[in-house]
Amino acid sequence: MGIVSPGFSGRRRTADLPPGQYLTDDFPVLSAGPTPRVRPEEWSFTITTETGREHRWTWREFRALPTERPTVDLHCVTRWSKLGTHWEGVSLDTLLAGVETTADHALAHSYGGYTTNMPLADLRDGKAWIAFRFDGEALAPEHGGPARLLVPHLYLWKSAKWVRGITLLTHDRPGFWESAGYHDYGDPWREQRYWGD
Amino acid sequence: MNTPTPAHVDGNAAAGVLREVFAVDLTAAVGQCDNCGCAVVLAEARLYTRAPGMVGRCPGCQAILFRVVRGPDRTWLDLRGLRCIEVSLPDS
Amino acid sequence: MARAAVLGRLTWRVGEVRALREETPTARTLILHVPGWPGHQAGQHVDVRLTAPDGYTAVRSYSLANSLANAPDAERVELTVQRVPDGEVSPYLTRILAVGDPLEIRGPVGGWFVWRPDRPEPVQLVAGGSGVVPLMAMIRTHRAASSRAPMRLLYSVRDPEAALYREELADLAASEDGPEVTCVYTRAAPPGRSRAPGRIDADLLAAATWPPEAGPSCYVCGPTGFVERAADLLVAAGHEPARIRTERFGPSGGSR
Repeated sequence: MGIVSPGFSGRRRTADLPPGQYLTDDFPVLSAGPTPRVRPEEWSFTITTETGREHRWTWREFRALPTERPTVDLHCVTRWSKLGTHWEGVSLDTLLAGVETTADHALAHSYGGYTTNMPLADLRDGKAWIAFRFDGEALAPEHGGPARLLVPHLYLWKSAKWVRGITLLTHDRPGFWESAGYHDYGDPWREQRYWGD
Repeated sequence: MNTPTPAHVDGNAAAGVLREVFAVDLTAAVGQCDNCGCAVVLAEARLYTRAPGMVGRCPGCQAILFRVVRGPDRTWLDLRGLRCIEVSLPDS
Repeated sequence: MARAAVLGRLTWRVGEVRALREETPTARTLILHVPGWPGHQAGQHVDVRLTAPDGYTAVRSYSLANSLANAPDAERVELTVQRVPDGEVSPYLTRILAVGDPLEIRGPVGGWFVWRPDRPEPVQLVAGGSGVVPLMAMIRTHRAASSRAPMRLLYSVRDPEAALYREELADLAASEDGPEVTCVYTRAAPPGRSRAPGRIDADLLAAATWPPEAGPSCYVCGPTGFVERAADLLVAAGHEPARIRTERFGPSGGSR
């Protein structure tokens, strides 16, 4: 630890947040590359099973599915948390309903090349959505629009922006940040930031 | 919603985290992009810092040249996007 | 003059705040004494680390503003910090930090965006806002080392109030062998200016900067949008891209 800077407290950190997080009211934009601009008519979402079977939705087909409006807390590994955010999206339960699989692992892919992995169980049972609306408005490209994965019980890097598909796997395959030091699972309440946490 | 912040800065800004690991200033080195083959001074890479780690991209083709993640007591380095790095060593 | 590549792993040093100088209503220069400082070159930067009592830390990068060429005190470090609204580190550095306080810094770092006073060719500096800080280090080095390289500065800033180093730049510009300084304003110009407030453009560049035929080295520093525009204009005017060095500043470092 460094020497204490007299009078420095940093951003507000409160006890009801996961350890090491501070509260923010705005919505910081994080990106590891240029923002992909994907028009809905070019967009599609594909679930690929461990046998190679593909389940694909165009934007029109995707938007015809029943939607949900979750209100969730976001926890970014860069230490900001944003509480009570309003989204609209299609539950992964809906998308996975007709998908036959015995896979235990999932790898999400995005336009622009980003990937992130999680156990398939973490995408089921009302815990994850493909979200296309934030705060009542179409999701802006900076925040992952047209659609992003939303897995709010894990650190926000797992909620892949500009999502284009999910590959179901019998073995775990680390994604973009998981292969460069970040935790494979990423539970904010257990402060699983880095390898070995 | 706040206004989006500038997307990238210059590779110069990675000098500190790289100098924690390397004995020379790597940002003044010239790397070859593994994707398009062009020569890039790492200081001139497009560096994305508003992210869990730093991501340096080729100014020509946008491919990832390097990634740096700084943990509390460790640094992870991914240099896969650089085919070769030329480091100038004057006076040696 | 210090070598760019000082061997050994970079570690944190504790400096002491010796003096504070208010530059504008929102910018302040920190004058630090850093024991064991290895020296720096014009254009380099440092990382500053703040630590809260519970161990929380925040790290940001700042350009070095002072020149160590022929300086009596080789352990002196000056940083000019522009306060960022709703920032975490800059409000502390510009409002709370006091003379006598310790401050942890790490550096100098960056060996690319530097100017050395033994370079004979003309120098074109282009600054947007607080991007003038590392260029000021170059101007101060130019003067301290009595460099003969012709130097020009084009400084674009919101309004006269926001201009850093205003008096020093005016004095330098008035001196016989000082740099040529052109200040332009994006929002409000002082009375009597012929140029209306606005962004830099090709006409301004043609009037106030070295032509490509003079073969200048160009250093451009400022917010990302400004640097893109200035660098594009320089290339369009015929400058070789390889002679243009840029430093976009913006969010960097992040909290750790």
